[in-house]
Amino acid sequence: MTRVGVITFPGTLDDGDAARAVRRAGGEPVALWHADSDLQGVAAVIVPGGFSYGDYLRAGAIASMAPIMQSVIDAARVGMPVLGICNGFQILCEAGLLPGALLRNAGLHFVCRDQRLRIETTATPWTRDFSVGDEIVVPVKNIDGRYHADAATLQRLEAENRVVFRYAGGNPNGSLNDIAGVCSEDGRVVGLMPHPEHAIDELTGPSTDGLGLFRSLLGVLAAA
Amino acid sequence: MPKPEILDVQGQAVHRALVRLGISGISDVRQGKHFELEVDDTVDDETLHKVAGELLANPVIEDWVVTRV
Repeated sequence: MTRVGVITFPGTLDDGDAARAVRRAGGEPVALWHADSDLQGVAAVIVPGGFSYGDYLRAGAIASMAPIMQSVIDAARVGMPVLGICNGFQILCEAGLLPGALLRNAGLHFVCRDQRLRIETTATPWTRDFSVGDEIVVPVKNIDGRYHADAATLQRLEAENRVVFRYAGGNPNGSLNDIAGVCSEDGRVVGLMPHPEHAIDELTGPSTDGLGLFRSLLGVLAAA
Repeated sequence: MPKPEILDVQGQAVHRALVRLGISGISDVRQGKHFELEVDDTVDDETLHKVAGELLANPVIEDWVVTRV
């Protein structure tokens, strides 16, 4: 069974749901601890949401320097798939694995709602099973979710088709170009603010759309 | 400090509060962070700039200055 790591930092909240999503998609979740540097032979890593280190300094800033993150950075540089969700996206930006930064929401409110997203590229291991233009509904819940990158970076992301998810039916936080998620140059590292791991079961989520990300990954890894 | 091109929504909220208080003549507020480090003589300026640029500030969104007092 494909082993997928899920990191827990002090203040992580969504590691349980991320592990459950991996299991539901047919993989074996492996708990990874922030203070370790051993990735335990996992084939991919999820950096889940929450408030690592209480968002002290900046959301994701301190977690990005944890020992486990150095191992994740090294593995990502040689192509290991990585998914950062919410605080995980902020951590990947702070770690330099993804471009840009997440700023305080334009409305200054914590936004918690079911959010429509448009899939903009399937050229990542996390979105391969979707079609470009598909819309999914997953929860969004954050206060620092406003994506920002300088004009040149933004232009490059659009030109290189590296916007992976875009808000549909209204931008919840003022993100530039309605960006909800982006990927690295090689497409293997993806980060997004909304929570696909909370949308895998009709009983507890608005849809089961989120499962598509985890199934995509496992399909890609099985074919490799 | 947030870079000039960054929309500083917290600074804007502070500005609106000042207007509500009836204080006139303030046209803009921008909100940043201030850190005070106790350092001994072995810490040179180069190290302090590295600390500021690599940890205390995020150069994607923030400008920073180091001042010795």
